Amino acid sequence: MRASLFITCYNDTLYPETGRAVVRLLERLGVEVEFRAGQTCCGQMHANTGFRGEAFSQAKRLVRLYADAEAVVIPSSSCVAMMRDQYPGLFEELGNEDLRRELRALLPRVWELSEFLIDKLGAEDVGAYFPHRVTYHASCHGLRALNLGDRPFRLLNKVRGLELAPLANLDRCCGFGGTFSVKNGDVSSAMLTVKLEDVLATRAEFCTALDNSCLMHLGGAMHREYAPMKTIHMAQILASTQEHPAEVVG
Amino acid sequence: MSAAGVAKQSNIDQPILDPALAPPFPVAALPVLRNVQLRKNVAHAIDVIQAKRARLVEEKTDWQALRTAASRIKDEALQNLGAYLEQFEERCTAAGGHVHWAADAAEARRIILEILREASADEVIKIKTMTAAEIQLNPFLEAAGVRAYETDLAEIILQLGHGEPSHIVVPALHVNRAQVREIFARTMGIENLSDDPEALTAAARHYLRQKFLTVPTAIGGANFLIAETGGVVVVESEGNGRMCLTLPRTMITLAGIEKVVPRFADLEVMLQLLARSATGERMNPYTSLWTGVTPGDGPQNFHVVLLDNGRSSILGRKTERQTLRCIRCGACMNTCPVYRQTGGHAYGSVYPGPIGAILTPQLEQLRHAQSLPFASSLCGACYEVCPVKINIPEILIDLRARVTDQERHTVGKFFDPMYLGMRVANVIFSRAWLFHFAQWVGRIGAKLVTRKDGWIHSLPSLGAKWTQTRDLRGLPRQTFHEWWKDRGQGNKGPRV
Repeated sequence: MRASLFITCYNDTLYPETGRAVVRLLERLGVEVEFRAGQTCCGQMHANTGFRGEAFSQAKRLVRLYADAEAVVIPSSSCVAMMRDQYPGLFEELGNEDLRRELRALLPRVWELSEFLIDKLGAEDVGAYFPHRVTYHASCHGLRALNLGDRPFRLLNKVRGLELAPLANLDRCCGFGGTFSVKNGDVSSAMLTVKLEDVLATRAEFCTALDNSCLMHLGGAMHREYAPMKTIHMAQILASTQEHPAEVVG
Repeated sequence: MSAAGVAKQSNIDQPILDPALAPPFPVAALPVLRNVQLRKNVAHAIDVIQAKRARLVEEKTDWQALRTAASRIKDEALQNLGAYLEQFEERCTAAGGHVHWAADAAEARRIILEILREASADEVIKIKTMTAAEIQLNPFLEAAGVRAYETDLAEIILQLGHGEPSHIVVPALHVNRAQVREIFARTMGIENLSDDPEALTAAARHYLRQKFLTVPTAIGGANFLIAETGGVVVVESEGNGRMCLTLPRTMITLAGIEKVVPRFADLEVMLQLLARSATGERMNPYTSLWTGVTPGDGPQNFHVVLLDNGRSSILGRKTERQTLRCIRCGACMNTCPVYRQTGGHAYGSVYPGPIGAILTPQLEQLRHAQSLPFASSLCGACYEVCPVKINIPEILIDLRARVTDQERHTVGKFFDPMYLGMRVANVIFSRAWLFHFAQWVGRIGAKLVTRKDGWIHSLPSLGAKWTQTRDLRGLPRQTFHEWWKDRGQGNKGPRV
């Protein structure tokens, strides 16, 4: 099995430890990992801010870049949702038939990380060890666009030493929403405050998720408020073992 | 003093529900965001309705099939809208009703006033109707010398207290019991009124009975128009609508053209979805159906005004057309995490919440309310609960594109930091080496603002909106692709 990692633009820039964890995790599970240097962004930021033409040109690049990949693994639900939910519409409006065919051929080979582990590799127990109290935040895209369901919990439940703290109002948005967080900064902050109350009430040491975007939002507020909790992408928990514990940054 | 008269003297915190005059959403949201008590009232009220809804939806094993059926019924009606409306007109007229066609709000108001003048009416009683609020009927009638009395309890509270609706099903959601007591005691002249719900409803009932018994003309809306029979359906909780539909001599129904369903049997699907979605009830207490005029029973002079007011402009767009499926249940606002913080007034329209964010700009044909499509984190909760499966996030994104296309070449927006940033980002993302160069530049820039703890606490320009409440971790020394390169496994893939 050979997987091509699409790290995503913001993980590459801001959260390289998540990418390193995905590589370590997949290689431990016997997957050969490759990384295509031409990758930049999936176009989500432009699409969701109303810049369709720009989003299309980025989408086009990505579809061509991965045309011959066996599997594309993405540790970010919202980027996967962008490809599945928005690329077809963009290509319908702005693309040609060749491009649409390439997209149709590619999409079944695009996996969000937890989908890839459970559905493709059939691995619930990935041999991880993370002796901490952890709460899981379900990102809206993972929850509603990808219907990840209980996949994240099945993975976390098999991590040795991990104590899972249930989060109240699991389906409520943290208020990030990409450029929404600055265009409607005050509303976004109010939503964040409400979410953070639920997250901190779990008294977990870590809040995890399958999207670093939500975690950047929650973690930014935790740091601002000297909260006794850190954020960590689920890939880092799953990659963590007794010999190589997770890299906790920040 | 008249309602319109008082509204003119209102203070700056008085909400403006006119898309042409309302401030942009981020600004209009501020008064509520600063009002902790109000936010708690709103959150509590919608949490209660949502919990009731969730219980009743769970017990329906065929819920998803019902949603699919309802969306198909509405799509069928919308795809043949002209034919179904004409069928409705023909059947309603045959049953003794009069059907009028109004292209816009002004025409609808003029038609209604003419009917009222013909009936020599200087007072009307009203069934709760969002469509009348949309065309700002009450202030217009007031100016023309016709007093309109709301009969829905929440609408009475708002009318007597000179408030504005903040929800399409529960318009006085933001008003608490103590405030209702104060409004009723003051305007009805009742001393020692308690804030006990029974005492408050008794006061409203006394007030209403006088209106029901003396005002012979009524105006209402419609939840559904039935093409097959020419019938009209009104769904309500209190029975005051039923009074308006039986006691007066003249009845005027104002309905948006999208309210038509093809067949009577379609109500079987629609009514199951509507009550559960709107109020969390298996069935709403009062469902009134009538067709034209029945001699000796109910109003003998019956008019239907079919309102377009921008609706037909939405029909031609495949994605946006879904908007017209809406049955006004309000489930999207009850579940919306944005509405939960801002309440309804921030949307600057009588249609708040996610449905308002897509409906208002389209009814305004994007001449106003351009900030509304951006008033969402695109979390998708609204789509999940919508009984007619309107993909609201998809439409929001489409509308964002239309607003951006409209604005991007204007001088004011060309140098706007958001627009500038988006153009630069697109260039950066077009070549990997440019992206990597930008990361390098960003890292140097970030060093200047990163504190000793490794975090950024304050950013300039657009970033300030981020750092007003959140920190940002400083940029790492090495990006992922640099680490990969160092690892020496080589890069793969075609050059693009």
